[in-house]
Order: sequence, then structure tokens, then C-alpha cells
Amino acid sequence: MLNSLIPIIASSGGAAAAAGAYESIASVSGTGSSGIVTFSSIPGTYTSLQIRCVVKDVYTSGLVDSIYLRFNGTAGSLYGSHNLTGDGATASASALSNVNEIEIPKTIPDSNASFANVMGVAIIDLHDYASTTRNKTLRSISGSNANTTSTDFRVNLSSGLWRSTAAINQITIHTNIDRFTTTSTFALYGIKGA
Amino acid sequence: MPATYEPIATTTLGSAAASISFTSIATSWTDLRVVVNGTPTANLQFLLRFNNDSATNYSGTDLDGNGTSAASNRYTGDTGIYANWSAFATSAQPAFITYDVFSYAGSTFKTALTTFNQDRNGTGFVERGVGLWRSTSAINRVDIVASANSFNTGTTATLYGIKAA
Repeated sequence: MLNSLIPIIASSGGAAAAAGAYESIASVSGTGSSGIVTFSSIPGTYTSLQIRCVVKDVYTSGLVDSIYLRFNGTAGSLYGSHNLTGDGATASASALSNVNEIEIPKTIPDSNASFANVMGVAIIDLHDYASTTRNKTLRSISGSNANTTSTDFRVNLSSGLWRSTAAINQITIHTNIDRFTTTSTFALYGIKGA
Repeated sequence: MPATYEPIATTTLGSAAASISFTSIATSWTDLRVVVNGTPTANLQFLLRFNNDSATNYSGTDLDGNGTSAASNRYTGDTGIYANWSAFATSAQPAFITYDVFSYAGSTFKTALTTFNQDRNGTGFVERGVGLWRSTSAINRVDIVASANSFNTGTTATLYGIKAA
């Protein structure tokens, strides 16, 4: 069945989503000169946050790095994470506790010539981020693929914990290898409850 | 000006079909999301293709669980991005599939995250994956293709656009 969009949009009147239920808060691109991206002054007016990112590192040695997240500029061994990973050959699980950031593993391909133009992606959901009575939990799905048999290119299901009851007003995302390419993009969305 | 999360088009099959296509997709959004709910006429895999490209420009990695064990698979040089590596068996129970296609109008290769969910009250499986289309072209067409056989009457597919600030 072939379904051309233009007449469907016209016949449905555009069918816009409910206004304000899912809002774009901010987006930023990599600069090629920094491995850190920060969303600051996040309002507490949503129920959940979602980050959608497309990532790549300028490093060229053929590595796939993790995404790391911190909240409100805080380290202090307050973070933990669990990961369920498929590397194309094996399904495996891992966990970290009492660490300085949440790790979403093996998602950022570098700029090695053998995987030029290959980007990693992630969707990170952070529920109840503005609570002042509960610690914070996130979930994500992430991965990258380069048409290779390398087990560095994976799909990951992750959870992360920040043991703080502070409302989140700042999210810092970074790579440990080097810097984000200018083709990297990070978009922060807010989801409202009824 | 598009909304942040906007339904672009929906198709409900009035008769069994081997594919569902969304064409003439504007570049107005940042990401695309495809949501499918349906059943097969016989065993099949869901493939996603872009811009009518059926050459071997696709690859992917998946992670799946069938109620007994977890496994991971990969494919390279294939003709589409699979939502399900394991065959989707004939059943009255629908599968719920999503594809998130990132930076679909950008100039890098295109990466998608996939989910496949089907429960048959004792059998079935859950699958998550990442797929690649090795093309720098902007995506203006998305095809959901049955690897064999057809999607049943009543299968629905909706294309959404997600717009960043």
C-alpha cells in the first residue's frame, strides 16, 4: 500500500498533537572542541524529561565510547546503573554502583575512517525529575551500528540512579574519549502529566 | 510550523499487503517515529527501508528474549532494518513495533532504534535493536516491508515527526 503524505495531511487537517503535552525545551549541537554538553536552568514544570541524541566523537582510533550523565553538577559517588546489552553475538548484563556518573555504555562511535558517517543514538527518559522527596531513575535505549562484525557496536537497555532528592535543573552529558563532532545533536524534551 | 510531536500520516490496511509506504515526507522535523500494530498472514519479519532502496545498504544488531533465554544477533549488508530477527508467527495476537529514525534529513548515515513486542500467552518474544542505513541522503520515503507473506487486514502504521527546538 502506497501512502502519499500530502493528501493525508490535507484531509486530516494536520492532526496536530495535543498542544503542550510533549514540548521541546532546548537542543544543542556538538562543537568539535568540547566533550561536554549541558542543559541548564531546566524548569520543574514537566512530569518527565526525554533526551534524544545523535552522537559521535572526533577521536580516530576506532573506539566506541559510553555516554555519561550527571545532574545538577554533582558527582560524589551518588550514581549507579544497570545495563542489558546485545553485541551481535551475546546478550549480557552489567552494573555499576557508587560511581560519579551514570554510564550508558558503548554508544558513541569515534571518527575512525572505517566508520565514517556512522552515528550513535540514544533515547533517555527521566521520570519525576522535579521531585524533592524521591531519588531519580532514568531508563534508556541506545546503540550504534557500522555494518561490521565488531562487538563494539551494540544495542543497550539501561537504567540509571541518582541518589538525590534534589529537583534536577541541570543535565551534563559527556564523552570520556575526546570531543563531540559537529554532527552530534542533543535535544531535550519535556512531557507533561494531566 | 510543525508541532513538537506530530502525527504525519496513518494507514490501516483494508486488505492484506506486503508493505506499507509513507512517501513525500517533508524535512520539517528532527526525527521520525513509526508505530505499527498488526498481524501476519504467515511467518514474516518486519523490515524498514528508506527512499525505496532495497539494495544491501542496511545492517543492525538486536537483543531479544523469547521467554526462555536472551540472545543477540547481527546482520550486515542486508536489504532493510529488522524490527524482529526471529520470525513473527501467525497469530491472532498483534505485534507492537516502533522505529525511531534519528536525524532523518541530515547528511550522515541514518541510525534507527527498533522495538518489537509480541506476546502469545506463553510464547512470543521481545526484541530491541539498532539499525543502520548507509546513505547520506535525506529520507523522504519510509517503507515497512514484510520479508515474506503479508501484513493482515487491519494492520495499522502511523508515522510521527518529532521536532527539536
